[in-house]
Amino acid sequence: MSDRPTNVLIVGVGGQGVILVSKVLTEVCQARGLAVKQSEVHGMAKRGGAVFSHVRFGREIWSPTIAQGEADVLLALEWAEGLRWLGHLSRAGTLIADTRRIVPLAACLDRSWGAQPAYPRRSPEDLLAGIANGFAIDATGIAMDLGNARVANTVVLGALSAVLGQPAEDWQPVLARNVPPKTVEVNHAAFARGRAWIESRPEPRPAASPPARQPVGATAPMNGVRLVITESWCKGCDICVKMCPERCLALNGAQVVELSDAGACTGCRVCEWLCPDFAITVDRGGQEPRA
Amino acid sequence: MHEQPSLEAAGRNEAPALRVMSGNEAIARGAWEAGVKVAAAYPGTPSTEILENIATYPAEDVEAQWATNEKVSVDVAIGASFAGARALAAMKHVGLNVAADAFMSQTYIGAHGGLVLVVCDDPGIHSSQNAQDTRLLCRLANAPVLEPADAQEALDFTRLAFDLSERFDTPVVVRGTTLLSHTRSQVRVGARKARETLGFSEDREKNVMTPTNARKRHPLLLEREAKLRAYFEEADITRWEQGSADFGVITVGTAYSYVREVAPTASILKLAGSYPLPEETIGRFCRSVGRVLVVEELEPVVETEIRAMGIAVAGKDCISRIGELSPDVVRDGLARAGFIAPAAKPEPLPGTEVVRPPVLCAGCSHVSTYMALRALDVRVAGDIGCYTLAATPPLLAIDTVVSMGSSIANAVGMAKAGTERPVVATIGDSTFLHAGIPALIDAVYNQADITVLLLDNHVTAMTGGQDHPGTGRTLRGADTHRVDYAELARACGVEWVETVDSYDLGALHRTVREAVQFKGVALVISDRPCVLDPVKIKGPAFTVLAADCTACQACLNIGCPSITWGDERYDGHYKAQIDDGCIGCTLCAQICPTGAIQLAQS
Repeated sequence: MSDRPTNVLIVGVGGQGVILVSKVLTEVCQARGLAVKQSEVHGMAKRGGAVFSHVRFGREIWSPTIAQGEADVLLALEWAEGLRWLGHLSRAGTLIADTRRIVPLAACLDRSWGAQPAYPRRSPEDLLAGIANGFAIDATGIAMDLGNARVANTVVLGALSAVLGQPAEDWQPVLARNVPPKTVEVNHAAFARGRAWIESRPEPRPAASPPARQPVGATAPMNGVRLVITESWCKGCDICVKMCPERCLALNGAQVVELSDAGACTGCRVCEWLCPDFAITVDRGGQEPRA
Repeated sequence: MHEQPSLEAAGRNEAPALRVMSGNEAIARGAWEAGVKVAAAYPGTPSTEILENIATYPAEDVEAQWATNEKVSVDVAIGASFAGARALAAMKHVGLNVAADAFMSQTYIGAHGGLVLVVCDDPGIHSSQNAQDTRLLCRLANAPVLEPADAQEALDFTRLAFDLSERFDTPVVVRGTTLLSHTRSQVRVGARKARETLGFSEDREKNVMTPTNARKRHPLLLEREAKLRAYFEEADITRWEQGSADFGVITVGTAYSYVREVAPTASILKLAGSYPLPEETIGRFCRSVGRVLVVEELEPVVETEIRAMGIAVAGKDCISRIGELSPDVVRDGLARAGFIAPAAKPEPLPGTEVVRPPVLCAGCSHVSTYMALRALDVRVAGDIGCYTLAATPPLLAIDTVVSMGSSIANAVGMAKAGTERPVVATIGDSTFLHAGIPALIDAVYNQADITVLLLDNHVTAMTGGQDHPGTGRTLRGADTHRVDYAELARACGVEWVETVDSYDLGALHRTVREAVQFKGVALVISDRPCVLDPVKIKGPAFTVLAADCTACQACLNIGCPSITWGDERYDGHYKAQIDDGCIGCTLCAQICPTGAIQLAQS
């Protein structure tokens, strides 16, 4: 074996099993008599944040982390996390990415009319075109096919074992002792499927693209929206103020509702619908509502 | 190449009985091998697993316990040292601030039974409020600090620290970092050295820090410094690796691994720690090579001392004082110093940034409390815990967060200064026990008009679900007394105390409103267990009936990670969807204006 260490970067989202994958890989390397270092950041992992784990193995390992552009394998359990870490992948390296998209809440906070989720729109075809060895695998689909979406990480692990060119027998016992006893069988099946997926040598091209969202139209500021408030009908019950999702309404000194933060109003009409006295109407200017 | 290759490193890869261990596991192992008898800690990332691992060793070997805060943990360890046992306290970097009072006195007293403080820094601020460099506090305390480079050294240095503590009559700090704590690598382990207790330290002049005694101890501190300096000159943990004569690198701790990675031919002086420094060895090393670069993480602690010796070295002019080191950072630093050629790497593949901040869990019992506060137009002083995330979108319900237990006294100050809005402090159960109680007493004593919201989720959640005095269970899982917060508050003089179910949004709104209206200190205990620990809670899931959803996205304001945009739209906005992470807390169903969120049909 060469003196150069092998670098595997494993990335994903909290709860996907990044740590399990890296733990199994680390133990397999240990069992093969290699020096190995595995380091991870998991302080906030439980809370849905990004998780990553560096695994380096070989004859002698110094740095616990992988330098930019030096990962031999980038293993992404989630599509956008793979994109995030692409700069760490060596130009000659291999990308194995689950095409599963976990769109975070933070990508869904833009309330402007026609807003799109803040999630990378890059398609697998486009991505793999620029990479030496790329595999976009629908690991979550395969796992669901096996009846347990949670073993998607083991599908990817199986793929990794094939890419590293290591015999399956080295991995299965390690895998078995790192998963709950009840799930050993399905994990073995998942591992075999992931391995077979690589070994059947599909053209390094993607499985079906995830469905792209159709644009709704240009993102338009809400300057066309106007709240028409019939002051004499408002009895200051506060329902609209409390229920407004954007908190842009307030009661004024006369206990009558007013639009206190016009810039925040998205024209969602919750106030119009909830007002027991029909005191509020949303006038959207020229913008046509769409179903 | 190296004339003295690291034997230890070569051997490490061949010996069969190696175990893969994280730095934290190795520190625990080292302490156990050293015969530690009493170990205490308050949980704090990245140090938490040290005590959890010590607790995996037999109870007859070691007393392992959670302390209410870091000062208590250090005082417990000090007490054990007085009594003649080897003792350890582990904490994160900011924990040493809490324990600093005891630490700064104890350094004058020294150590009877070996006394070791393990302090884990967080240079990358992954899970902390700052990136303070513990080594500066060690310098301030005149206490020796050992800085392991990897898990093997974490074990070896921790074991050694106990010997040094007894030999030199001093508390010893083992300083780690996030990357040391959470990197797993092969470690050669040893056996436990069974130890007889030394018996109680019968020496009042040494153990009672009155001014008279302290004045006598101060010069002894400086003598101790000189002895330790001589020790580090001779000890093999100060490692000189002869390489190129053109340039040399002086480094310490995890930085060493990066130097070896990117400059395999350099001459390296690897220090065991940054205080006290083996000045003579450093002088000889610097004279043996053309130029010297000091590579250390965070502050220029070693560099400043070497410059004070009158030796010109490069250091922080080449490597940033900010953030974690990495192979890239160290390589760039060596290149900037002119020691190696700049990395000739191809352009990295273009990545794409993804916004994926940490969020409160689906069903988190903290969320509703902050929804109720947002409806009230109040000032909110926050505290340290998962709920700090309520300061971020979409909740945006916290105005300030300083340090453990700050919220209540911050609120007192805000109220006394006079604000246009009512003032509320929010604090978790574990944080309240850690440092909130003195502030609550202060608020009552000084007749402040504030509301305190105790977010009681029955566990230390942020660090992964540790027990504390409010859970009624010890670190080793034994039943113990459980603090009653309402009784405690009344005993402190709080006249208005109510407990409310965090999942009952209506009751919560009503209770918080009444509490804010109360003149004086009011305490609301918002009570629901954490959904992750100690038991993972999973109830019947909810779903969005798309036909009834008007895409008002009010449910997205909860900040639940299981609620995102679906594929359908209504009037230019995406309708909501709920994924399989839903645990059935019902909050979204309680606020949906159109009743579109209903129990999923199984």
